[in-house]
Amino acid sequence: MIEGILIGLTTALTLQNILMVMVGCFFGTIIGMLPGLGPMTAIALMIPITYGFEPATGLILMAGVYYGAVFGGSTSSILLNAPGVPGTVATSFDGYPMAQQGKAGKALAIAAWSSFAGGTLSAIYLLFMAPSLSKVSLSFRSPDYFALMILGLTAIAAFSSKGQFLKAMMMVVLGLMLASVGQDSLSDITRYTFNNMNLTDGISFVLVVMATFAMSEALTIILKRNDPTIAAKQVSLTELGSIKINKEERTKMYKTIPRSSVIGFLIGVLPGAGATIASFLAYGMERNVVSDEEKEKFGKGSVNGLSAPETANNAACSGSFVPMLTLGIPGSGTTAVMLGALLGFGVQPGPRLYMTNPEIFWSIIMSMYIGMVILLILNLPLIPYIARILAIPKNYLIPLILFFSVTGIYVMSFNNFDIYLMIGIAVVATFLRLYDFPMPPLILAFVLGGLMEENLRRSLLLSNGSWEFLWDRTLTACILATTILIVIWHIYKTFTKKN
Amino acid sequence: MNINTTKIISLLFFIFSAFYLYLAYQIQVFTFDEKAPFNAKTFPIYLGYAGLFFSGLKLILPDPNTIKVEHKNLEYKKTGILILIAIIYGATILKVGYFLTTSLFLFASYYFLGERRWILMFLLSFPFVAAFMYLLHGILDIYLRDPFLQSIGVMG
Repeated sequence: MIEGILIGLTTALTLQNILMVMVGCFFGTIIGMLPGLGPMTAIALMIPITYGFEPATGLILMAGVYYGAVFGGSTSSILLNAPGVPGTVATSFDGYPMAQQGKAGKALAIAAWSSFAGGTLSAIYLLFMAPSLSKVSLSFRSPDYFALMILGLTAIAAFSSKGQFLKAMMMVVLGLMLASVGQDSLSDITRYTFNNMNLTDGISFVLVVMATFAMSEALTIILKRNDPTIAAKQVSLTELGSIKINKEERTKMYKTIPRSSVIGFLIGVLPGAGATIASFLAYGMERNVVSDEEKEKFGKGSVNGLSAPETANNAACSGSFVPMLTLGIPGSGTTAVMLGALLGFGVQPGPRLYMTNPEIFWSIIMSMYIGMVILLILNLPLIPYIARILAIPKNYLIPLILFFSVTGIYVMSFNNFDIYLMIGIAVVATFLRLYDFPMPPLILAFVLGGLMEENLRRSLLLSNGSWEFLWDRTLTACILATTILIVIWHIYKTFTKKN
Repeated sequence: MNINTTKIISLLFFIFSAFYLYLAYQIQVFTFDEKAPFNAKTFPIYLGYAGLFFSGLKLILPDPNTIKVEHKNLEYKKTGILILIAIIYGATILKVGYFLTTSLFLFASYYFLGERRWILMFLLSFPFVAAFMYLLHGILDIYLRDPFLQSIGVMG
């Protein structure tokens, strides 16, 4: 292994490859900040360019773009409440409120440091555990995935604000209902399309997230403009752009980062799970382990609440490389695009990759770490300038948010229907938000809906329609037991607080 | 039972779930799939019942955290105008093209939100959209349909 690491370091540290990581991180950050253009699009845009390089160099460039785009996505989540990719939705829960309190620079700095730490730790895990973890990831079966998704959805509802459990569960069901629109994945039978061709492929993630987060946020700001309870806080540009993290905040991050990186990495390793579940689970777990005083700050600009999903989604990015490199199974949509590129280079990923092409295997792992360092060096000095977006007067900022939302949808589908649908969902979401119906459970359910149905279908077909699959396997039973414990704990806490 | 808007929303969600469930039962599946343990309508049926269950609970159980919204403080008129402009924007973007409709949408939105600095409004609409369009179309090679720019010969 030492020999492999040295080969990887030698390849990754050539001038050309360092330059590639820098270019990748820079373009990735810019593309990731644009709504609708996530890491998958960013990497897909880079594929034609990479064919001119050696396979290792091409993949290093794509890994840089990947990390850059994830960080860029976090930036738009924090500043505009407009997460362009599912993996950064959880970042906006506390990042956006923090930015609204005039601490945009600090929020971005916490996100940058957490991403860096999450990526670094997961690169270390990857270095030592990649081959053995690939075997573990293969032991996960459909019932386990189904149970894991139930856990994720229940956790996000149970950890929502006090007295909101039922509202959150209603939003979970609504998210799953929205995800069921379109063709059934196995039989191709259309559902809830009302003979409208535009709905045959279902509703896109970007549309739902832009409508429920960015657009409804913009509409809420206008709606509550004259509300005397919402006093406009005047913040100086220096304070807005300040990236100083004080000792207390650093202490909180030191505790959050290691546990969130482990969750992120382990979830990332599971094929199909990815950064979204990782970030939501890390957020939920963090809310469960912090003190009651800190728990109250969640959703209002908590340092732990911002650091946890940011660490986890970057750790999951590294984790998703494990099944791709060692088994040839992409762990996420983005790594699926990278797998395609890898095959285009004539490299067959699988258990023998690090024996037949050690320079590719190890140089990707090494360049991930170098990519993290470069991303931090590139982005930290830019944060004070990026944060000033929030200093733009609301009269200009609101139309610009609406413009980015509509453009994100328009470049994806080129039809009017999606724009009308987005406006419709945004109006409903704005109304629901007025009455404290939380949107994050809806988004998570929407993202997981298709996967959940697929895994339930497989489990029920294999068990011939019997629900025994829920307790047949120890792993499934353990995950479900955790889910039940979370719900019981939530009910217990609610009652003890009342008494 | 205290009737408040949250309860009314729950009731609406209950009705919506019932309608969703009715439609779930109407989904046509293949004959050979009808008796299968899982087919295209199984998951929607579970979802329909889950919707009825949770909204039903919300309706029945007492609501300790009643949310009160002061409607007189809300800016319904401006929000409505902004939504209307967005709908017009959506309706014209394909026929007229990205550049002109987006620029006009931004300009009109600034105006209705109370902005009157004409030069800044212009700079943050037409040249801004042109630069953004150049980034998407010119640099990132993302196709943007624009009949207006094509008609005046700016776009090929």
